[in-house]
Amino acid sequence: MARIIGIDLGTTNSLVAYVDEATGLPRVIPDAEGRPLLPSVVAFTPDGIVVGEAARRQLARRPADTVYSVKRLMGRGFEDVKDETRYLPFRILPGEGLVKLAVGGREVTPPEVSAAVLKALKERAERHFGQAVEKAVVTVPAYFNDAQRQATKDAGRIAGLDVVRIVNEPTAASLAYGLHHLSEGVIAVYDLGGGTFDVSILKTKDGVFEVLATNGDTHLGGDDLDRVLALWLLEDIAVRHHAELDRDCVDLARDPEAMQELRLAAEAAKIRLSAEERTTLTIPFAGFTYRREITRAELERLVEPLVARTLGPCRRALADAGLTAADIGEVVLVGGSTRVPLVRRRVQELFGRAPHSQLNPDEVVALGAAVQAHILAGGITNMLLLDVTPLSLGIESLGGIVNVLIPRNTTIPTSAREMFTTSVDGQTLVDLHVLQGERELAKDCRSLGRFELRIDPMPAGMPKIEVTFLIDANGILQVQAKEQRSGKAASIEVRPTYGLSEAEVERMIEDSFTYAEADVETRMLIEARNEADTVLVHAGRALRQGGDLVSAQERATIEGAVAALRAARDGDDRDQIREATTAVNRATEHLAEVLMDAALKGALGSRRATEILGER
Amino acid sequence: MVFQGDAALSNDYFAVFGLPRRLAVDAAELQRKFYVLAREHHPDFHQAAPPEERARVEATAAIVNAAYRTLRDPIARVDYLVRLEEGRETKEGAADKPKAGPALLQEMFEIQEALAEAKTGALDDAARATLVEQREGLRARMAQEEARLAGPLSARWDDAAPAERPAVLAALKEALATRAYLRTVIGDLTDALGEDLSADIEGRHGSAGAPRTRGGMGGHVGAPHQ
Repeated sequence: MARIIGIDLGTTNSLVAYVDEATGLPRVIPDAEGRPLLPSVVAFTPDGIVVGEAARRQLARRPADTVYSVKRLMGRGFEDVKDETRYLPFRILPGEGLVKLAVGGREVTPPEVSAAVLKALKERAERHFGQAVEKAVVTVPAYFNDAQRQATKDAGRIAGLDVVRIVNEPTAASLAYGLHHLSEGVIAVYDLGGGTFDVSILKTKDGVFEVLATNGDTHLGGDDLDRVLALWLLEDIAVRHHAELDRDCVDLARDPEAMQELRLAAEAAKIRLSAEERTTLTIPFAGFTYRREITRAELERLVEPLVARTLGPCRRALADAGLTAADIGEVVLVGGSTRVPLVRRRVQELFGRAPHSQLNPDEVVALGAAVQAHILAGGITNMLLLDVTPLSLGIESLGGIVNVLIPRNTTIPTSAREMFTTSVDGQTLVDLHVLQGERELAKDCRSLGRFELRIDPMPAGMPKIEVTFLIDANGILQVQAKEQRSGKAASIEVRPTYGLSEAEVERMIEDSFTYAEADVETRMLIEARNEADTVLVHAGRALRQGGDLVSAQERATIEGAVAALRAARDGDDRDQIREATTAVNRATEHLAEVLMDAALKGALGSRRATEILGER
Repeated sequence: MVFQGDAALSNDYFAVFGLPRRLAVDAAELQRKFYVLAREHHPDFHQAAPPEERARVEATAAIVNAAYRTLRDPIARVDYLVRLEEGRETKEGAADKPKAGPALLQEMFEIQEALAEAKTGALDDAARATLVEQREGLRARMAQEEARLAGPLSARWDDAAPAERPAVLAALKEALATRAYLRTVIGDLTDALGEDLSADIEGRHGSAGAPRTRGGMGGHVGAPHQ
């Protein structure tokens, strides 16, 4: 069987992994620079599409054309996301059906953006193996509905990958842990990622991983923590710097670049506060620099309500599994946001035991995807994953009531059959509205799509149409209908409410060649420019802060190097930019030491050297 | 592609596990057999098979999963056995909806009155407390009915001689109907109290005879097209 890779397509970062035949262990494939994570950021530049770190670095400089956290938009409509679009710096077009973005002078759908990320991972794997890779297992949040799963599968197709299995992230994590770290029993997987939250309760026995219940919130994650902190900072800036803001007539909230800077600074501060009790934020805006200290306690007060929102799903999952917290043998933490100490405390309180975190929470899902890929390829035969469908599936019946056919937390694959007939003589079309959700009324549930059954004309009530709904092992719905009197299969036309039609996917596959990823040369040029920009910012800051601490001659050397880099940066010669960047780094080495020294001696007040120097 | 699993299996969930039609089921043994069958039929282990074969495996896996889900729950097991004995293949084909006995209806009269009243106006604290208390009573009653179904009534079925079976079947049906009725009223009380449905939401999904999940044939006919 051909090689199958495991992909964690994350909100913030994505990874690709495989199982090493020699050791039987899953391994993440790093990029050429050795970085395991690929930021799930896609920039639409005039030179082509740029993915990953290079795109992430220009988030603040090209906010309107740089897409991040697109996973939150997968399989969704404009109405679902319009509340948060005001926080997104790229444009989302109002309209029916699937969300569309206007970036880089064209319209793209979330699956196309995700496809760019998948393609980059596919290429990374191909470089690693030195051969083509065509099949992948891709993970999704357990609480993803049918449309979100289908959108993920479509993204794979657009990227030229056959997605042989969609696996739920917490379940994948349990597979990765299951190899070595867990004893048999009942485990809870708490997965708080960049944009989504899942909790799954599993039973492991004799190599079988049986999911008992799952719950979650596909719109809750680290992004939300960053946002509350950023909004809080925005208010603080308005208070402290109202003079400058008034003077320059600036409304930061309406300035996408400033908001992106703020968001990134908030994210960085949140991450630092997981390890430190207090940290200082420094954000340079046009006209003033905002600086303040923030403590972990302050952050915790801000994010407490968000963390509390994860506990309800945990309790519901326990109740659905027919268990209490005392029945849980082990707790596993997954997702970068579980590094936040408050999250760990709350999880520990709820389940009454210290959670596992031996495996890197950023990598564990990709490792599990690789394990599942290896199972599918026939490399592992003693492990079996039995997952469930997270949401009830039903059809709309008279009065707008949902008739549940497949209850949530049913082991998949699963099927349900239902009989239908006609109410009018000669009726040739029966329209089925399929829904997903836990509410009683169709209008409160998620519309998956409409299925039109075409049958031969007969008197009213005569046709006996048997419709079979099958949720496959990917958690994706398939529908089939048969008219029993004639024995003929009824044709079904599917109109997904928030999805792509077959023709649209085909077109996007073609488009993906037209709007190709920037070629390697262009990409490396863009990366070199990004690097140069970062170095220029830091050098400028260092000169301002400590220019008077070094000799005039040294200052002149630095200024010369900076000027050379500025000139090189605007040209197209990548090597020249690289060399000039190295030259600036070398020229500022001594100044950096002087500043570090000064910072340590307290000569610069409470400011820390790293703030001035940046992360070098 | 046809979602047709193994036809013999879909006819009788007890047969899926090689079990007789008895209501006493050893849970550990059932799970062991389920894991064996799940391994045998799971699509994960048939990736290299041709598409029709994979579709057949997937459909068979769906039957095995449904059979396990049904038989591991003592109440769903009774509900399924009753349907099987009556020759109703799917619960959608149910001819008669379950009805509560007259005694129970009489008993519920007061609660129904209170419910009707709650629907007309806002609940004051006293009325609320009454409803909550009544719901607690009904929950206890339902638990009692479930214990009776899973315990003595199930045992009666297993011990019954063929001639006695129709009578036991009738008793099982009545108990299921009572439970379904209680469940509906508990759900209505929860609605009336305006509480989060999630606590009682299994009322809609338990499917073991809950009247709300029953649709009759032609119950959801699409709008006629010209």
